[in-house]
Amino acid sequence: MPKALRFGIWVLVSALGTLAFARIALGRGETINAAWLLTAALCSYAVAYRFYSKLIAAKVFALDPIRATPAVRLEDGRDYVPTNRWIVFGSHFAAISGPGPLVGPTLAAQFGYLPGVIWIIVGVALGGAVQDFVILASSVRRNGKSLGAMAREEIGPVAGATALVAVLGIMIVLLAVLALIVVNALKSSPWGLVTIGLTIPVALLMGVYLRWLRPGRVLEASAIGIVLIVASLFAGQWVSTQPSLAAVFTLSGTALAIVVMIYAFTASVLPVWLLLAPRDYLSAFVKIGVVLALAIGIIVSLPPLHMPALTQFTDGSGPVFAGKVFPFAFITIACGAISGFHALISSGTTPKLLQREPDARMIGYGAMLMESLVAVMALIAACALTPGVYFAVNAPAGVIGTTAAAAATKIQTWGFTLDPNQMQALAKQVGEQTLLSRTGGAPSLALGMGQLFANVLGGNEALAIWYHFALMFEALFILTTLDAGTRVGRFMVQELAKHIWAPLGSVSWYPAVVLSSAVIVAMWGHFLYQGVLDPLGGINSLWPLFGISNQLLATVALCVATTIFVKMGKARYAWITLLPMAWLTIVCMTAGWQKLFAEDVKLGFLSHARLIESQVASGALPAAIKSASDARRMIFNDYLDAVVTLFFMVSVVVILADSAREWMSVLRGRKPVISSEAPFEPLPAAGD
Amino acid sequence: MTSRELLRVARVRLENAGAIVRRIIGAPDYDRYVAHLRDHHPGARPMTYDEFARQRMVERYSRPGTRCC
Repeated sequence: MPKALRFGIWVLVSALGTLAFARIALGRGETINAAWLLTAALCSYAVAYRFYSKLIAAKVFALDPIRATPAVRLEDGRDYVPTNRWIVFGSHFAAISGPGPLVGPTLAAQFGYLPGVIWIIVGVALGGAVQDFVILASSVRRNGKSLGAMAREEIGPVAGATALVAVLGIMIVLLAVLALIVVNALKSSPWGLVTIGLTIPVALLMGVYLRWLRPGRVLEASAIGIVLIVASLFAGQWVSTQPSLAAVFTLSGTALAIVVMIYAFTASVLPVWLLLAPRDYLSAFVKIGVVLALAIGIIVSLPPLHMPALTQFTDGSGPVFAGKVFPFAFITIACGAISGFHALISSGTTPKLLQREPDARMIGYGAMLMESLVAVMALIAACALTPGVYFAVNAPAGVIGTTAAAAATKIQTWGFTLDPNQMQALAKQVGEQTLLSRTGGAPSLALGMGQLFANVLGGNEALAIWYHFALMFEALFILTTLDAGTRVGRFMVQELAKHIWAPLGSVSWYPAVVLSSAVIVAMWGHFLYQGVLDPLGGINSLWPLFGISNQLLATVALCVATTIFVKMGKARYAWITLLPMAWLTIVCMTAGWQKLFAEDVKLGFLSHARLIESQVASGALPAAIKSASDARRMIFNDYLDAVVTLFFMVSVVVILADSAREWMSVLRGRKPVISSEAPFEPLPAAGD
Repeated sequence: MTSRELLRVARVRLENAGAIVRRIIGAPDYDRYVAHLRDHHPGARPMTYDEFARQRMVERYSRPGTRCC
């Protein structure tokens, strides 16, 4: 294609994107269409991929198509397997996608669509995709080294150890949050509980099938599994219509929390092939299915956005979570903009699969752009709901009360319309007792998707099936992340424990396995249980904690990347990683500081603890707190959350300081500019 | 092409597609492993499918790097 034509096309794409952004930013007071958000996103991604990722690939790493990747040099048929880049793209995308890009934007919609969409698009282009790409390329050049190992090698042992402990901490918060999302979605919902509950025996069946009946026939087993879980969707519906059965499966939040904890513990101890691996296969299909369904629903119906561009909650008075739009919009949306956890994936199995170095651009940068598109779509689905319905579903009972009438009254004081009969009718339509305060983002997304589908095909009668279909599929892969994550967490606990007493690290010694599984489940289970009891709804305090820890891990990853740039002799390009790193540091430290020391009792952990302490001392407990022991437990949790937040903040300061020391040493010439990359080897010539 | 040939082509295409999907979702790729051993370590005895699959699966779930949030 002639150069002038290519140039012209890019001018057009940029112009279209700019137009879309202008429409989004300037269209206040009128309902704009989702198409504008999609256009802005797609044009921005195209421009960012074509120009920014190319800059990084060419100028920083000089990705070389004839340089042998570790998959080629160290091929062993197991970990190091040179794989076609589209397959690696698919598996990397399947690895990084999860509930994150679906939940974060849904929660951030409380500020309106504008802060969310700007952060998702700008954040991913300049931050998230950059992080994923740079860590992937760095790991490829180092034979697939993990982030922790790179931190240790590039910065120092203190940074490496801190990173490892921080990762364990993040996993615990993440698992607690995911469990809470599941509990909030399934409590008092016999349909949901039966459907999700049945996925466990389905997975067990698949495990047995794959081990003894038809070994290796993964697709066959998955097909059977998918058919069975669709059947369980209807089984759940049937149970919800039988009053006596429905009563058995209507569990309270606390009961469900215990069930989830027992389940995760059992799943992490059972052999992998029996439950975890089959669930993982199912989840991969289900994840792709949900993303495709969301995309089709939005593209076909192109809904108008009923949520305004900015709501009054940008001032920090929001019901879904506390905090002003800065910094909390940037904390709430992690996956989809920038997520530190992705750096673990980018330095996990993916770098060992790359056939050629230039593939890293498409896989690292490109897959993250795609996840960002999923986040934009989740934001659209949340904002396509009317604000009244959105807040009725996402605001905790402690704020809007427990009846449709109370919720409607409260929401109307915020300036949004909500008819209490409408909420009750909607709940009945989707086959739930109530949709109020089903916080955690999953039910709200399911409702949005259900409505999109009901508009497109099926009409209102099918809303119930679509709602539960979306909810079930989401809960399925969330639950799989939970049980797989518990198992990984158990390994990490054993890794740490073996420094205390060697036999604890043995993965074949059953007592050690059971003990470490119990420890990790107890750790996230504690946060889960407290979240369930919290009158403000646990998501209110746990999600920002997860967001802060995740973004701080991203800061660590970008720190490692900057150190690598400096040691490669590319310090003049260090701004590429320093820019998002500086932004994230400011955002996370501000958010952490506010969560610790803010005077607002809904925001600051310590001020909230002091409030409850004074209430206990004066004997005037509010209605939401049943007893003094409950109050003392809440106080303990506030302090615990504060300590965890402080731990993450201190970890990042330590790593930043250590890194800055390294940069200064290299830049001042006290240390040589030596890269730790594996030496260049050309690809074997064709025919070898 | 005769209908027999069409069916054969379709079957080959489906098998290829199946192999791609299996690798994307992370199923253990035993054929690749055996082929690699055959090409590079002719004398070595490959693990059985069972041993191979179990090892792959255990490795997958022992490090944070396979599945995200």
